[in-house]
Amino acid sequence: MLSNSVTASFFGSGAQRNGRKRLAVTELPRELPLGLMEPSGTDEKGLSPNYPRYLGENVMSKPKVGFYWCASCGGCEEAIVDLAADILGVVAAVDIVFWPCAMDFKREDVEAMADGEMAVCFVNGAVRTSEQLEMAELLRRKAGLVVAFGSCAHTGGIPGLANLYSREGVLAAAYDTAFSTLNPEGMRPQTAYAAPEGTVTLPELHETVKKLDQVIPVDYYLPGCPPPVKLITGALGAILEGKLPPKGSILAPEIALCSECPRRDSKPEKLDFTEFKRPHQIIADPELCLLAQGLLCLGPSTRAGCDAACIKGNMPCTGCGGPLEGSKDFGANALSAAASALEATDDASIAVGLAEVPDPAGAFYRYSLPASLLYAKKGN
Amino acid sequence: MSDGTFQPRIVAFFCNWCTYTAADLAGISRMSYEANVRVVRLMCSGRLDPQFVVVALRQGADGVLIGGCHPGDCHYQVGNHKALRRFTLLKRLLRQMGIEDERVRLEWIAASEGDKVQRVINEMVAQVRTLGPLRLTDIPQPHGDVVIEPSCCCAEQTMPAP
Repeated sequence: MLSNSVTASFFGSGAQRNGRKRLAVTELPRELPLGLMEPSGTDEKGLSPNYPRYLGENVMSKPKVGFYWCASCGGCEEAIVDLAADILGVVAAVDIVFWPCAMDFKREDVEAMADGEMAVCFVNGAVRTSEQLEMAELLRRKAGLVVAFGSCAHTGGIPGLANLYSREGVLAAAYDTAFSTLNPEGMRPQTAYAAPEGTVTLPELHETVKKLDQVIPVDYYLPGCPPPVKLITGALGAILEGKLPPKGSILAPEIALCSECPRRDSKPEKLDFTEFKRPHQIIADPELCLLAQGLLCLGPSTRAGCDAACIKGNMPCTGCGGPLEGSKDFGANALSAAASALEATDDASIAVGLAEVPDPAGAFYRYSLPASLLYAKKGN
Repeated sequence: MSDGTFQPRIVAFFCNWCTYTAADLAGISRMSYEANVRVVRLMCSGRLDPQFVVVALRQGADGVLIGGCHPGDCHYQVGNHKALRRFTLLKRLLRQMGIEDERVRLEWIAASEGDKVQRVINEMVAQVRTLGPLRLTDIPQPHGDVVIEPSCCCAEQTMPAP
């Protein structure tokens, strides 16, 4: 599964579809600008000159790989399990040395590693607590490559929507005002509590939610909620073969979702519907462009790579693939595309047309509020 | 301007055919207005990407003024209708983000309305001056030795004070 063909087709297909030239993985120079590869000809350790240095010095030992989760739901771990039989290929090719969700390694095991000993660490989830920050910094030191895995690590994700509220607002909702909460003593989580058996501690909750590269430098990004299997295998293949694009790259096609949407041919030349509708209000035609049917589909501004999985389920794209290159602010970008698709021309008809977009920040920044230029609600 | 009063920075996006011409007219007619506005000329208010507004706010603008032709007068027929739809939705989003309504304003100003340019700018500067500086929450940056290029080119640019 980690063959050349996987890597070759990984970025290739999209580039051909929209006719734009993009950097295909297979076309990259062998001397990657990673600072991690030996200059060609060095083989006193018996290594091929093109063997990626971050995979370790001993060819016989497999490269060490770690997975970690910060503020996330566990769906990204599920995505790795979704590799199904292919996961056997991963296990055969690498040594998994840290994966709290699935394997019994502890933080001490990571601390005992030499700096850079882990070839690559996939970190999913946003960062909101002191523990997540410590772990992110620890893994950054121990791993040669850090890959932000999934929407939360890439752009903040669903947990990032908490940036619409203050820390106090979040705590008040959870501990006081929620309908199902009974807390007459006004208890709040404490970072330390002296129990008779000794002091017990909890991590501290930060003021805001951050995406991974707002706390540590990140080498690569794998977008998606969760990242599609195709992108994960493509990324693993590229890493193992040392055919990675320049650092900072997003390991997904550089085209909008509409380009790979099975309904793209039904998208009319000019979109002009009178009002937005929500998925529960209509039975969407399973063949027609969802945006043309008035559903708020973010396909025009979202990065492809998922094979339009939601659209195939007759649900509109909510933007987990994140922004395309050149986009400065995903939400404002998506908002622009959505608003221009309406037909309304005056205040009254615009109000009617937008009535079913009651929460623009939640709709357009669903996965990307911490990555937006606004970052968090003002005054937080 | 150095008497201690807050001088807001306002970025104005004016359409080439109406509002920019009106601003020109205001100048030719020697109308004076507050010097806090930096005008960016667009061919049409329909060219105004909502990203321009958030980029301006992040880079140090305390307010953004958008000027276009009156509805029905668009040189490109429907550009200002698009601007109005985007503006309406953007305003609701900005409200959710805690940004006061007075900071982002859309006005239809025809080429002959130089006096309206003067009035709108003076009004807006006074309102934003009352609100005070826009203080967005800082975007966190990782600290450490490794420097990775910021994903957005505007991360390190700031606007000079008026």
